[in-house]
Amino acid sequence: MSWSGAIPERILPAPSQIIQAGIDLTITGELSEHMGISLWRALVGFLIGGIAGFVFGLLNGVFRFADLIFDTSIQMLRNIPHLALIPLVIMWFGIGESSKVFLVALGVLFPVYINTYHGIKSIDKKLIEMGKAYGLNGKELFFQIILPGAMSSILVGIRFSLGVMWLTLIVAETISAQSGIGYMAMNAREFMQMDVIVLSIIIYALFGKISDMIARYFEGKLLKWNN
Amino acid sequence: MNSYDLQGVDVTIHQVKKKYDKREVLKGLDLQIKEGEFVAIVGKSGCGKSTLLRLVAGLENMNDGSIKLDGTPLNGLNKQARMMFQDGRLLPWKRVMDNVCLGLSSDAKNRAMQAITQVGLKERIHDYPSKLSGGQKQRVALARALVHDPSLLLLDEPLGALDALTRLEMQRLIESLWLERKFTSILVTHDVEEAVAISDRVILIEDGKVTLNQPIHLTRPRQRTNPAFSMYVEEILARIMNRKSKKNYSMLVNTEMESLFDPVNN
Ligand SMILES: Nc1ncnc2c1ncn2[C@@H]1O[C@H](COP(=O)(O)OP(=O)(O)OP(=O)(O)O)[C@@H](O)[C@H]1O
Ligand SMILES: [Mg+2]
Repeated sequence: MSWSGAIPERILPAPSQIIQAGIDLTITGELSEHMGISLWRALVGFLIGGIAGFVFGLLNGVFRFADLIFDTSIQMLRNIPHLALIPLVIMWFGIGESSKVFLVALGVLFPVYINTYHGIKSIDKKLIEMGKAYGLNGKELFFQIILPGAMSSILVGIRFSLGVMWLTLIVAETISAQSGIGYMAMNAREFMQMDVIVLSIIIYALFGKISDMIARYFEGKLLKWNN
Repeated sequence: MNSYDLQGVDVTIHQVKKKYDKREVLKGLDLQIKEGEFVAIVGKSGCGKSTLLRLVAGLENMNDGSIKLDGTPLNGLNKQARMMFQDGRLLPWKRVMDNVCLGLSSDAKNRAMQAITQVGLKERIHDYPSKLSGGQKQRVALARALVHDPSLLLLDEPLGALDALTRLEMQRLIESLWLERKFTSILVTHDVEEAVAISDRVILIEDGKVTLNQPIHLTRPRQRTNPAFSMYVEEILARIMNRKSKKNYSMLVNTEMESLFDPVNN
Protein backbone atom coordinates (compact mmCIF):
# COMPACT_ATOMS: atom_id res chain seq x y z
CA MET A 1 0.00 0.00 0.00
CA SER A 2 2.86 2.32 0.76
CA TRP A 3 4.30 1.20 -2.58
CA SER A 4 1.21 2.33 -4.43
CA GLY A 5 1.17 5.59 -2.55
CA ALA A 6 -2.00 4.83 -0.61
CA ILE A 7 -0.07 5.33 2.60
CA PRO A 8 2.31 8.30 2.75
CA GLU A 9 5.96 7.39 3.34
CA ARG A 10 5.95 9.45 6.49
CA ILE A 11 3.52 6.98 8.09
CA LEU A 12 4.84 3.69 6.78
CA PRO A 13 7.74 3.20 4.36
CA ALA A 14 7.60 0.74 1.47
CA PRO A 15 9.17 -2.71 1.99
CA SER A 16 11.81 -1.86 -0.59
CA GLN A 17 12.88 1.14 1.48
CA ILE A 18 13.12 -0.98 4.61
CA ILE A 19 15.25 -3.54 2.81
CA GLN A 20 17.42 -0.77 1.43
CA ALA A 21 17.85 0.66 4.93
CA GLY A 22 18.84 -2.80 6.13
CA ILE A 23 21.42 -3.13 3.37
CA ASP A 24 22.85 0.33 4.02
CA LEU A 25 23.17 -0.28 7.74
CA THR A 26 24.73 -3.68 7.12
CA ILE A 27 27.35 -2.14 4.87
CA THR A 28 28.30 0.48 7.45
CA GLY A 29 28.39 -2.25 10.10
CA GLU A 30 25.95 -0.36 12.32
CA LEU A 31 23.24 -2.99 12.11
CA SER A 32 25.35 -5.92 13.23
CA GLU A 33 26.85 -3.83 16.00
CA HIS A 34 23.45 -2.83 17.40
CA MET A 35 22.05 -6.33 16.97
CA GLY A 36 25.08 -7.80 18.65
CA ILE A 37 24.85 -5.56 21.69
CA SER A 38 21.09 -6.15 22.05
CA LEU A 39 21.53 -9.91 21.83
CA TRP A 40 24.34 -9.77 24.33
CA ARG A 41 22.21 -7.83 26.83
CA ALA A 42 19.31 -10.18 26.33
CA LEU A 43 21.43 -13.28 26.74
CA VAL A 44 23.40 -12.15 29.78
CA GLY A 45 20.34 -10.74 31.52
CA PHE A 46 18.37 -13.87 30.72
CA LEU A 47 21.08 -16.16 32.04
CA ILE A 48 21.56 -14.23 35.27
CA GLY A 49 17.84 -13.81 35.95
CA GLY A 50 16.93 -17.29 34.75
CA ILE A 51 19.57 -19.05 36.80
CA ALA A 52 18.75 -17.00 39.90
CA GLY A 53 15.01 -17.67 39.50
CA PHE A 54 15.63 -21.34 38.89
CA VAL A 55 17.92 -21.75 41.89
CA PHE A 56 15.59 -19.89 44.25
CA GLY A 57 12.63 -21.82 42.89
CA LEU A 58 14.43 -25.10 43.51
CA LEU A 59 15.60 -24.18 46.99
CA ASN A 60 12.23 -22.90 48.12
CA GLY A 61 10.39 -25.74 46.42
CA VAL A 62 12.53 -28.49 47.89
CA PHE A 63 13.56 -27.20 51.31
CA ARG A 64 10.96 -26.16 53.80
CA PHE A 65 13.19 -23.81 55.74
CA ALA A 66 14.22 -21.90 52.62
CA ASP A 67 10.56 -21.71 51.66
CA LEU A 68 9.64 -20.19 55.00
CA ILE A 69 12.45 -17.64 54.86
CA PHE A 70 12.43 -16.54 51.23
CA ASP A 71 9.16 -17.26 49.50
CA THR A 72 7.01 -14.53 51.03
CA SER A 73 9.68 -11.88 50.47
CA ILE A 74 10.13 -12.92 46.84
CA GLN A 75 6.36 -12.90 46.36
CA MET A 76 6.27 -9.37 47.76
CA LEU A 77 8.97 -8.08 45.43
CA ARG A 78 7.19 -9.70 42.53
CA ASN A 79 4.34 -7.23 42.88
CA ILE A 80 6.59 -4.33 41.91
CA PRO A 81 6.55 -3.87 38.12
CA HIS A 82 10.24 -4.07 37.30
CA LEU A 83 9.97 -1.39 34.60
CA ALA A 84 8.90 1.06 37.30
CA LEU A 85 12.42 0.69 38.66
CA ILE A 86 14.03 2.21 35.56
CA PRO A 87 14.70 5.65 37.13
CA LEU A 88 16.12 3.98 40.21
CA VAL A 89 18.23 1.60 38.17
CA ILE A 90 19.64 4.48 36.14
CA MET A 91 20.58 6.19 39.40
CA TRP A 92 22.31 3.04 40.60
CA PHE A 93 24.04 1.86 37.45
CA GLY A 94 24.01 4.88 35.13
CA ILE A 95 22.98 4.19 31.55
CA GLY A 96 25.78 1.68 30.95
CA GLU A 97 25.42 -2.00 30.22
CA SER A 98 24.77 -3.08 33.79
CA SER A 99 21.48 -1.18 34.03
CA LYS A 100 20.04 -2.95 30.98
CA VAL A 101 21.30 -6.36 32.04
CA PHE A 102 19.99 -5.79 35.54
CA LEU A 103 16.50 -4.90 34.32
CA VAL A 104 16.33 -7.88 31.98
CA ALA A 105 17.56 -10.20 34.72
CA LEU A 106 14.97 -8.84 37.13
CA GLY A 107 12.18 -9.25 34.61
CA VAL A 108 13.20 -12.81 33.79
CA LEU A 109 13.74 -13.86 37.39
CA PHE A 110 10.14 -13.87 38.58
CA PRO A 111 8.40 -15.93 35.92
CA VAL A 112 11.16 -18.53 36.12
CA TYR A 113 11.05 -18.51 39.90
CA ILE A 114 7.27 -18.82 40.20
CA ASN A 115 6.99 -21.63 37.68
CA THR A 116 9.93 -23.58 39.05
CA TYR A 117 8.56 -23.23 42.56
CA HIS A 118 5.04 -24.29 41.62
CA GLY A 119 6.30 -27.06 39.39
CA ILE A 120 8.09 -28.60 42.33
CA LYS A 121 5.27 -27.98 44.80
CA SER A 122 2.74 -29.64 42.54
CA ILE A 123 4.67 -32.86 41.99
CA ASP A 124 2.62 -35.91 42.88
CA LYS A 125 3.69 -36.81 46.42
CA LYS A 126 2.86 -40.42 45.65
CA LEU A 127 5.63 -40.56 43.08
CA ILE A 128 8.09 -39.34 45.68
CA GLU A 129 6.83 -41.94 48.14
CA MET A 130 7.28 -44.56 45.44
CA GLY A 131 10.83 -43.36 44.79
CA LYS A 132 11.66 -43.66 48.46
CA ALA A 133 10.13 -47.13 48.59
CA TYR A 134 12.42 -48.11 45.73
CA GLY A 135 15.44 -46.95 47.68
CA LEU A 136 16.31 -43.75 45.79
CA ASN A 137 18.57 -41.41 47.72
CA GLY A 138 18.15 -37.63 47.81
CA LYS A 139 20.15 -36.97 44.66
CA GLU A 140 18.38 -39.69 42.67
CA LEU A 141 14.99 -38.49 43.90
CA PHE A 142 15.84 -35.01 42.68
CA PHE A 143 17.16 -35.92 39.25
CA GLN A 144 14.81 -38.77 38.45
CA ILE A 145 11.54 -37.55 39.96
CA ILE A 146 11.50 -33.96 41.19
CA LEU A 147 13.27 -32.21 38.31
CA PRO A 148 11.58 -34.09 35.45
CA GLY A 149 8.26 -33.74 37.26
CA ALA A 150 8.67 -29.97 37.45
CA MET A 151 10.11 -29.63 33.95
CA SER A 152 6.97 -28.76 32.02
CA SER A 153 6.16 -25.97 34.46
CA ILE A 154 9.75 -24.70 34.38
CA LEU A 155 9.63 -24.54 30.59
CA VAL A 156 6.39 -22.58 30.70
CA GLY A 157 8.18 -20.10 32.94
CA ILE A 158 11.12 -19.88 30.56
CA ARG A 159 8.95 -19.27 27.52
CA PHE A 160 7.02 -16.60 29.34
CA SER A 161 10.22 -14.98 30.58
CA LEU A 162 11.56 -14.74 27.02
CA GLY A 163 8.67 -12.42 26.20
CA VAL A 164 9.43 -10.36 29.31
CA MET A 165 13.10 -10.33 28.32
CA TRP A 166 12.48 -8.66 24.93
CA LEU A 167 9.89 -6.30 26.30
CA THR A 168 12.24 -5.14 29.05
CA LEU A 169 15.06 -4.73 26.60
CA ILE A 170 12.99 -2.68 24.16
CA VAL A 171 11.88 -0.31 26.89
CA ALA A 172 15.30 -0.02 28.49
CA GLU A 173 17.09 0.54 25.20
CA THR A 174 14.55 3.07 24.04
CA ILE A 175 14.69 5.10 27.21
CA SER A 176 18.32 4.95 28.14
CA ALA A 177 20.93 3.59 25.83
CA GLN A 178 23.62 4.59 23.38
CA SER A 179 23.59 1.37 21.43
CA GLY A 180 21.32 -1.52 20.61
CA ILE A 181 18.27 -1.91 18.40
CA GLY A 182 16.10 0.26 20.64
CA TYR A 183 18.67 3.03 20.51
CA MET A 184 18.90 2.69 16.74
CA ALA A 185 15.15 3.24 16.49
CA MET A 186 15.17 6.23 18.84
CA ASN A 187 18.09 7.72 17.01
CA ALA A 188 16.35 7.26 13.67
CA ARG A 189 13.34 9.13 15.02
CA GLU A 190 15.44 12.24 15.46
CA PHE A 191 16.41 12.11 11.80
CA MET A 192 12.92 11.10 10.67
CA GLN A 193 14.27 7.82 9.25
CA MET A 194 10.99 5.96 9.17
CA ASP A 195 12.53 2.98 7.36
CA VAL A 196 15.10 2.41 10.13
CA ILE A 197 12.40 2.59 12.80
CA VAL A 198 10.29 -0.06 11.08
CA LEU A 199 13.41 -2.14 10.48
CA SER A 200 14.12 -2.05 14.23
CA ILE A 201 10.60 -3.19 15.01
CA ILE A 202 10.90 -6.06 12.53
CA ILE A 203 14.22 -7.12 14.05
CA TYR A 204 12.68 -7.19 17.51
CA ALA A 205 9.81 -9.27 16.20
CA LEU A 206 12.26 -11.67 14.57
CA PHE A 207 14.29 -11.98 17.76
CA GLY A 208 11.12 -12.76 19.69
CA LYS A 209 10.00 -15.32 17.17
CA ILE A 210 13.37 -17.06 16.98
CA SER A 211 13.81 -17.26 20.74
CA ASP A 212 10.33 -18.72 21.07
CA MET A 213 11.14 -21.30 18.43
CA ILE A 214 14.27 -22.30 20.28
CA ALA A 215 12.28 -22.64 23.50
CA ARG A 216 9.66 -24.74 21.72
CA TYR A 217 12.35 -26.96 20.33
CA PHE A 218 13.68 -27.72 23.81
CA GLU A 219 10.16 -28.18 25.08
CA GLY A 220 9.55 -30.80 22.41
CA LYS A 221 12.78 -32.56 23.29
CA LEU A 222 12.42 -32.48 27.06
CA LEU A 223 8.71 -33.28 27.18
CA LYS A 224 8.75 -36.00 24.55
CA TRP A 225 7.06 -38.36 26.99
CA ASN A 226 4.09 -36.05 27.29
CA ASN A 227 2.45 -36.46 23.91
CA MET B 1 20.90 -72.70 38.63
CA ASN B 2 17.87 -70.81 39.70
CA SER B 3 18.52 -67.14 40.31
CA TYR B 4 15.44 -66.92 42.50
CA ASP B 5 16.59 -69.23 45.25
CA LEU B 6 16.04 -66.30 47.59
CA GLN B 7 13.36 -67.16 50.08
CA GLY B 8 10.49 -65.24 51.49
CA VAL B 9 10.68 -63.51 54.80
CA ASP B 10 8.78 -64.15 58.00
CA VAL B 11 6.72 -61.13 59.06
CA THR B 12 5.52 -60.62 62.62
CA ILE B 13 3.27 -57.66 63.27
CA HIS B 14 2.72 -57.15 66.97
CA GLN B 15 0.30 -54.73 68.60
CA VAL B 16 0.84 -52.10 65.93
CA LYS B 17 -0.85 -48.77 66.53
CA LYS B 18 -1.02 -45.89 64.10
CA LYS B 19 -2.63 -42.51 64.64
CA TYR B 20 -3.17 -39.66 62.21
CA ASP B 21 -3.66 -36.54 64.26
CA LYS B 22 -6.10 -37.73 66.91
CA ARG B 23 -7.73 -40.48 64.88
CA GLU B 24 -6.45 -43.96 65.63
CA VAL B 25 -6.42 -46.02 62.43
CA LEU B 26 -4.68 -49.17 63.64
CA LYS B 27 -5.49 -50.08 67.23
CA GLY B 28 -3.05 -52.77 68.23
CA LEU B 29 -3.03 -54.99 65.18
CA ASP B 30 -1.50 -58.47 65.34
CA LEU B 31 -0.61 -60.52 62.31
CA GLN B 32 1.83 -63.32 61.76
CA ILE B 33 2.89 -64.27 58.24
CA LYS B 34 5.07 -67.25 57.48
CA GLU B 35 7.84 -67.03 54.93
CA GLY B 36 6.59 -67.68 51.43
CA GLU B 37 2.98 -67.30 52.47
CA PHE B 38 0.46 -65.38 50.38
CA VAL B 39 -1.88 -63.36 52.56
CA ALA B 40 -4.79 -61.29 51.29
CA ILE B 41 -6.17 -58.40 53.32
CA VAL B 42 -9.74 -57.24 52.90
CA GLY B 43 -11.74 -54.63 54.74
CA LYS B 44 -13.92 -51.63 54.23
CA SER B 45 -12.55 -48.53 52.59
CA GLY B 46 -10.60 -46.44 55.07
CA CYS B 47 -10.04 -49.26 57.55
CA GLY B 48 -6.27 -48.87 57.34
CA LYS B 49 -5.16 -51.47 54.80
CA SER B 50 -2.86 -49.13 52.89
CA THR B 51 -1.62 -47.72 56.17
CA LEU B 52 -0.60 -51.19 57.29
CA LEU B 53 1.26 -51.84 54.04
CA ARG B 54 3.09 -48.52 54.30
CA LEU B 55 4.14 -49.40 57.84
CA VAL B 56 5.41 -52.81 56.70
CA ALA B 57 7.26 -51.10 53.83
CA GLY B 58 8.87 -48.78 56.37
CA LEU B 59 7.52 -45.70 54.62
CA GLU B 60 5.93 -44.44 57.81
CA ASN B 61 6.55 -44.80 61.51
CA MET B 62 4.08 -46.49 63.81
CA ASN B 63 3.06 -45.01 67.13
CA ASP B 64 3.37 -48.25 69.03
CA GLY B 65 4.05 -51.94 68.56
CA SER B 66 6.61 -53.68 66.42
CA ILE B 67 7.13 -55.26 63.02
CA LYS B 68 9.74 -57.98 62.81
CA LEU B 69 11.27 -59.50 59.68
CA ASP B 70 12.70 -62.94 60.38
CA GLY B 71 12.84 -61.83 63.99
CA THR B 72 14.69 -58.57 63.34
CA PRO B 73 12.73 -55.42 64.21
CA LEU B 74 12.08 -53.21 61.21
CA ASN B 75 13.81 -49.87 61.48
CA GLY B 76 13.41 -47.34 58.68
CA LEU B 77 12.88 -48.39 55.10
CA ASN B 78 12.16 -52.08 54.55
CA LYS B 79 14.82 -53.02 52.03
CA GLN B 80 13.56 -56.57 51.58
CA ALA B 81 10.15 -55.37 50.50
CA ARG B 82 8.88 -53.95 47.24
CA MET B 83 5.50 -52.36 46.83
CA MET B 84 3.06 -52.25 43.95
CA PHE B 85 0.47 -49.51 44.05
CA GLN B 86 -3.09 -49.29 42.79
CA ASP B 87 -2.25 -46.35 40.57
CA GLY B 88 0.90 -47.94 39.22
CA ARG B 89 3.05 -44.91 39.91
CA LEU B 90 5.22 -45.34 36.87
CA LEU B 91 7.34 -42.32 36.05
CA PRO B 92 5.71 -40.87 32.93
CA TRP B 93 9.00 -39.38 31.72
CA LYS B 94 10.82 -42.71 31.73
CA ARG B 95 10.48 -45.43 29.14
CA VAL B 96 9.39 -48.90 30.22
CA MET B 97 12.98 -50.11 30.49
CA ASP B 98 14.09 -47.13 32.59
CA ASN B 99 11.05 -47.43 34.83
CA VAL B 100 11.96 -51.02 35.59
CA CYS B 101 15.59 -50.01 36.16
CA LEU B 102 14.57 -47.49 38.82
CA GLY B 103 16.84 -47.89 41.84
CA LEU B 104 18.90 -50.60 40.16
CA SER B 105 22.61 -50.30 39.59
CA SER B 106 23.48 -49.54 35.98
CA ASP B 107 24.85 -53.03 35.29
CA ALA B 108 21.48 -54.64 35.97
CA LYS B 109 19.99 -54.10 32.50
CA ASN B 110 19.94 -57.85 31.91
CA ARG B 111 17.85 -58.52 34.96
CA ALA B 112 15.45 -55.72 34.01
CA MET B 113 15.09 -57.25 30.56
CA GLN B 114 14.40 -60.62 32.13
CA ALA B 115 11.70 -59.18 34.38
CA ILE B 116 10.06 -57.34 31.48
CA THR B 117 10.08 -60.53 29.43
CA GLN B 118 8.43 -62.40 32.30
CA VAL B 119 5.50 -59.99 32.34
CA GLY B 120 5.26 -60.25 28.55
CA LEU B 121 6.25 -56.73 27.54
CA LYS B 122 9.53 -57.36 25.75
CA GLU B 123 8.31 -55.54 22.65
CA ARG B 124 7.43 -52.39 24.56
CA ILE B 125 10.66 -51.57 26.41
CA HIS B 126 11.16 -48.32 24.49
CA ASP B 127 7.62 -47.00 24.97
CA TYR B 128 6.58 -44.32 27.42
CA PRO B 129 3.91 -45.32 29.97
CA SER B 130 1.35 -43.04 28.30
CA LYS B 131 1.42 -45.41 25.33
CA LEU B 132 0.46 -48.43 27.44
CA SER B 133 -2.93 -49.78 28.50
CA GLY B 134 -3.88 -49.97 32.17
CA GLY B 135 -3.04 -53.66 32.37
CA GLN B 136 0.28 -53.17 30.63
CA LYS B 137 1.19 -50.39 33.04
CA GLN B 138 0.56 -52.69 35.98
CA ARG B 139 2.70 -55.33 34.32
CA VAL B 140 5.53 -52.83 34.17
CA ALA B 141 4.94 -51.97 37.83
CA LEU B 142 5.07 -55.68 38.65
CA ALA B 143 8.32 -56.11 36.73
CA ARG B 144 9.75 -53.08 38.50
CA ALA B 145 8.92 -54.62 41.87
CA LEU B 146 10.17 -58.12 41.02
CA VAL B 147 13.46 -57.10 39.45
CA HIS B 148 14.75 -56.36 42.94
CA ASP B 149 14.13 -59.97 43.98
CA PRO B 150 12.15 -58.87 47.03
CA SER B 151 11.58 -61.40 49.78
CA LEU B 152 8.36 -59.55 50.55
CA LEU B 153 5.98 -58.27 47.89
CA LEU B 154 3.41 -55.73 49.02
CA LEU B 155 0.46 -55.32 46.68
CA ASP B 156 -1.89 -52.43 47.41
CA GLU B 157 -4.93 -53.11 45.24
CA PRO B 158 -2.75 -53.39 42.16
CA LEU B 159 -5.59 -54.71 40.02
CA GLY B 160 -8.38 -52.49 41.28
CA ALA B 161 -8.53 -50.33 38.17
CA LEU B 162 -8.42 -53.14 35.63
CA ASP B 163 -11.25 -54.75 33.69
CA ALA B 164 -12.39 -58.23 34.68
CA LEU B 165 -10.49 -60.14 32.01
CA THR B 166 -7.23 -58.30 32.54
CA ARG B 167 -7.63 -58.84 36.27
CA LEU B 168 -7.87 -62.59 35.84
CA GLU B 169 -4.84 -62.57 33.62
CA MET B 170 -2.84 -60.50 36.11
CA GLN B 171 -3.93 -62.69 39.03
CA ARG B 172 -2.59 -65.72 37.18
CA LEU B 173 0.64 -63.92 36.40
CA ILE B 174 1.17 -62.86 40.00
CA GLU B 175 0.31 -66.35 41.25
CA SER B 176 2.69 -68.03 38.83
CA LEU B 177 5.57 -65.68 39.67
CA TRP B 178 4.93 -66.23 43.36
CA LEU B 179 4.83 -70.02 42.93
CA GLU B 180 8.12 -69.78 41.08
CA ARG B 181 9.95 -67.54 43.52
CA LYS B 182 8.14 -68.10 46.81
CA PHE B 183 8.50 -64.60 48.20
CA THR B 184 6.14 -63.66 51.00
CA SER B 185 3.16 -61.67 49.67
CA ILE B 186 0.62 -59.36 51.17
CA LEU B 187 -2.19 -58.40 48.82
CA VAL B 188 -4.71 -55.72 49.73
CA THR B 189 -7.88 -56.06 47.71
CA HIS B 190 -11.52 -55.01 47.64
CA ASP B 191 -12.39 -58.13 45.76
CA VAL B 192 -13.07 -61.09 48.02
CA GLU B 193 -13.14 -63.46 45.07
CA GLU B 194 -9.67 -62.32 44.10
CA ALA B 195 -8.52 -62.86 47.68
CA VAL B 196 -9.86 -66.40 47.74
CA ALA B 197 -8.50 -67.16 44.28
CA ILE B 198 -4.94 -66.21 45.00
CA SER B 199 -4.12 -66.30 48.71
CA ASP B 200 -3.28 -68.89 51.34
CA ARG B 201 -5.12 -66.88 53.93
CA VAL B 202 -7.62 -64.04 53.97
CA ILE B 203 -7.40 -61.41 56.70
CA LEU B 204 -10.21 -59.01 57.52
CA ILE B 205 -9.36 -55.72 59.18
CA GLU B 206 -12.14 -53.99 61.09
CA ASP B 207 -11.89 -51.21 63.60
CA GLY B 208 -8.09 -51.22 63.46
CA LYS B 209 -7.73 -54.91 64.25
CA VAL B 210 -7.71 -58.30 62.57
CA THR B 211 -11.19 -59.76 63.03
CA LEU B 212 -11.03 -62.67 60.63
CA ASN B 213 -8.17 -64.96 59.82
CA GLN B 214 -9.35 -67.43 57.24
CA PRO B 215 -6.99 -70.00 55.69
CA ILE B 216 -8.04 -71.07 52.20
CA HIS B 217 -7.56 -74.78 51.79
CA LEU B 218 -8.08 -75.09 48.09
CA THR B 219 -5.61 -76.73 45.77
CA ARG B 220 -3.98 -74.69 43.02
CA PRO B 221 -4.79 -73.89 40.31
CA ARG B 222 -8.06 -72.85 41.88
CA GLN B 223 -11.37 -73.27 40.11
CA ARG B 224 -13.89 -70.55 40.69
CA THR B 225 -16.60 -72.99 39.73
CA ASN B 226 -15.70 -75.19 42.68
CA PRO B 227 -18.58 -74.99 45.22
CA ALA B 228 -16.07 -74.73 48.05
CA PHE B 229 -14.62 -71.65 46.36
CA SER B 230 -18.00 -69.90 46.39
CA MET B 231 -18.52 -70.93 49.98
CA TYR B 232 -15.34 -69.22 51.08
CA VAL B 233 -16.33 -66.10 49.18
CA GLU B 234 -19.84 -66.12 50.57
CA GLU B 235 -18.67 -66.65 54.13
CA ILE B 236 -16.04 -63.92 54.05
CA LEU B 237 -18.45 -61.48 52.46
CA ALA B 238 -20.98 -62.30 55.14
CA ARG B 239 -18.38 -61.57 57.80
CA ILE B 240 -17.53 -58.23 56.20
CA MET B 241 -21.18 -57.27 56.13
CA ASN B 242 -21.48 -58.40 59.76
CA ARG B 243 -24.04 -61.08 59.21
CA LYS B 244 -24.08 -64.82 59.34
CA SER B 245 -24.14 -66.67 56.06
CA LYS B 246 -27.77 -67.38 55.27
CA LYS B 247 -27.29 -70.56 53.34
CA ASN B 248 -26.77 -73.72 55.25
CA TYR B 249 -23.63 -75.40 54.13
CA SER B 250 -23.78 -78.28 56.59
CA MET B 251 -24.98 -80.44 53.71
CA LEU B 252 -21.69 -79.89 51.95
CA VAL B 253 -19.35 -82.54 53.23
CA ASN B 254 -15.97 -81.22 52.30
CA THR B 255 -12.76 -81.59 54.21
CA GLU B 256 -11.59 -78.37 52.70
CA MET B 257 -14.21 -76.59 54.73
CA GLU B 258 -13.06 -77.81 58.09
CA SER B 259 -11.12 -74.76 59.03
CA LEU B 260 -13.69 -72.34 57.74
CA PHE B 261 -15.15 -71.56 61.11
CA ASP B 262 -11.97 -71.89 63.07
CA PRO B 263 -11.31 -69.16 65.58
CA VAL B 264 -8.96 -66.34 64.74
CA ASN B 265 -5.27 -67.22 64.72
CA ASN B 266 -5.61 -70.91 64.24
N1 LIG C 1 -1.23 -39.27 55.48
C1 LIG C 1 -2.41 -39.31 56.13
N2 LIG C 1 -2.78 -38.27 56.92
C2 LIG C 1 -3.95 -38.30 57.59
N3 LIG C 1 -4.82 -39.32 57.56
C3 LIG C 1 -4.51 -40.38 56.81
C4 LIG C 1 -3.29 -40.44 56.06
N4 LIG C 1 -3.25 -41.62 55.41
C5 LIG C 1 -4.38 -42.25 55.73
N5 LIG C 1 -5.14 -41.54 56.57
C6 LIG C 1 -6.43 -41.94 57.16
O1 LIG C 1 -6.28 -43.22 57.70
C7 LIG C 1 -7.41 -44.01 57.42
C8 LIG C 1 -6.99 -45.29 56.74
O2 LIG C 1 -6.47 -44.98 55.46
P1 LIG C 1 -5.98 -46.09 54.48
O3 LIG C 1 -5.51 -45.40 53.26
O4 LIG C 1 -5.02 -46.98 55.17
O5 LIG C 1 -7.33 -46.86 54.19
P2 LIG C 1 -7.57 -48.13 53.24
O6 LIG C 1 -8.05 -49.24 54.10
O7 LIG C 1 -6.37 -48.38 52.42
O8 LIG C 1 -8.77 -47.62 52.35
P3 LIG C 1 -9.05 -47.91 50.80
O9 LIG C 1 -9.58 -49.28 50.72
O10 LIG C 1 -10.08 -46.89 50.43
O11 LIG C 1 -7.76 -47.72 50.06
C9 LIG C 1 -8.35 -43.17 56.60
O12 LIG C 1 -9.37 -42.69 57.43
C10 LIG C 1 -7.49 -42.04 56.10
O13 LIG C 1 -8.24 -40.84 56.03
MG1 LIG D 1 -5.89 -48.13 50.35
